[in-house]
Amino acid sequence: MKIMGKLAVIFSVLFLGGMFFLHSSEAAEEGVPKLIITKPGTSENHPCSKCHKYLSVNKTKRKLAASHSNIILKHAEDRWCLDCHEGDKLKLPSGQLIDYDKPYILCKQCHGTVYKDWKTGIHGKLTGMWDGEKVYRLCTTCHDPHQPRFKQIQPEKPPMKPSDIK
Amino acid sequence: MSNKIRSNPLGIKLNRRTFLKGAAAGITASALPFQNAEAFIGEAFLQKHFKEMTDVEIKGVIERLEKEASLEWRKEIHISAAKAKPGVKFGYGLDLSRCIGCRKCVSACVRENNQSRTPQVHWISVLRFKKGEKWLDLENSEKYYNPKEVPEKDFFYMPVQCQQCEDPPCVKVCPTQATWKEPDGIVVIDYNWCIGCRYCMAACPYGARRFNWAKPNIPQNELNAETHYLGNRPRYKGVVEKCTFCIQRTRAGKYPACVEACPVGARKFGNLLDPKSEIRYLIENKRVFRLKEDLNTEPKFYYFFTGWQV
Repeated sequence: MKIMGKLAVIFSVLFLGGMFFLHSSEAAEEGVPKLIITKPGTSENHPCSKCHKYLSVNKTKRKLAASHSNIILKHAEDRWCLDCHEGDKLKLPSGQLIDYDKPYILCKQCHGTVYKDWKTGIHGKLTGMWDGEKVYRLCTTCHDPHQPRFKQIQPEKPPMKPSDIK
Repeated sequence: MSNKIRSNPLGIKLNRRTFLKGAAAGITASALPFQNAEAFIGEAFLQKHFKEMTDVEIKGVIERLEKEASLEWRKEIHISAAKAKPGVKFGYGLDLSRCIGCRKCVSACVRENNQSRTPQVHWISVLRFKKGEKWLDLENSEKYYNPKEVPEKDFFYMPVQCQQCEDPPCVKVCPTQATWKEPDGIVVIDYNWCIGCRYCMAACPYGARRFNWAKPNIPQNELNAETHYLGNRPRYKGVVEKCTFCIQRTRAGKYPACVEACPVGARKFGNLLDPKSEIRYLIENKRVFRLKEDLNTEPKFYYFFTGWQV
């Protein structure tokens, strides 16, 4: 009975430890804002497999002419589609697949400091209440993941010069 | 005692007390503007200083001002007198490495805070600097830049507005105490007490104050009817105005209009006394500076960097 008891203790410790370990890998996402303005970016509206299940995999980098010709990669140009996409999901370097509504898990693989700033509200725009519910944006709400740099925009009119006042 | 009642050349007999009463009434009447001699003009003339009024008196004043403004703008205008929340001191952060100089904050501010369109009043000035030159050469900065597209190569931009100093020089010089610092750190102006001497404009090292040279000209349909007594309520001709961190919004818990308008999220706002606020995080973790720090005005407006875009 003593041995059984000891075994039970050992197993429970292992089990709980394992639970804790699993949990800690999830805890890495701690502090991720809850209120997020989502733009239509879910696995449902990225039905890649609809066409791609009939196509053979071609990993070579090439100019896409038949489809996706609108996508021009100006972001880590040494990469190619399958580095970040697989099936109807996004793919991490580890091979883990994630949904389109959590792009920050993929982005933070390289942009860890920006991810940290985003979580605390320093990177990116916040709306809502300064002492209450803050509404965040996802990486892909503001940035085009294939060309993340913002495009130039037209500025508003300059203020009136004193010399132009009649 | 018989010389108490004297006759004057007109033959009117007045005793001394009646004469003095009449004289006092005459002086008061001549000081009032005649063109709109409504019943509440007298009340406006005798209005106490905002900080000396009781809540009931403030309520009365606000009712009068709402009536006045609604009549003038032919639109129902609400004036709030929401007080500062305890344990709150507002701070502002602006990421210079993100600002693209699009002036969207300027136009959002004009709309939110009922600034005059012509003559033009802007509370925010966006300055353009050349990269790699003398650091923050304010004298050679450009305010009237007008390219087709921003951001331009080799330039960076710095919006300047009221820095909400902890030790505000503008407050010190005001001869009528029409401007003061509120408990939550916002420097405010009472437009009913401002006499338009513009000493504060001369004293401000940031050029943040604006004068109403004429009656503010705002399209009636664009007038923001949700206002605050110390903030965006319609102003008069001849008074000074400035950024109040959108007091009507921030005292209700919302972000200022410029924060919500910024397309790149360069503007940050929060409570300096809350260790978990984003403003505290950026002050503690980023490269931060305050404009003209050497003047000891202790601004609560922090410029910071998160890194230039490469």
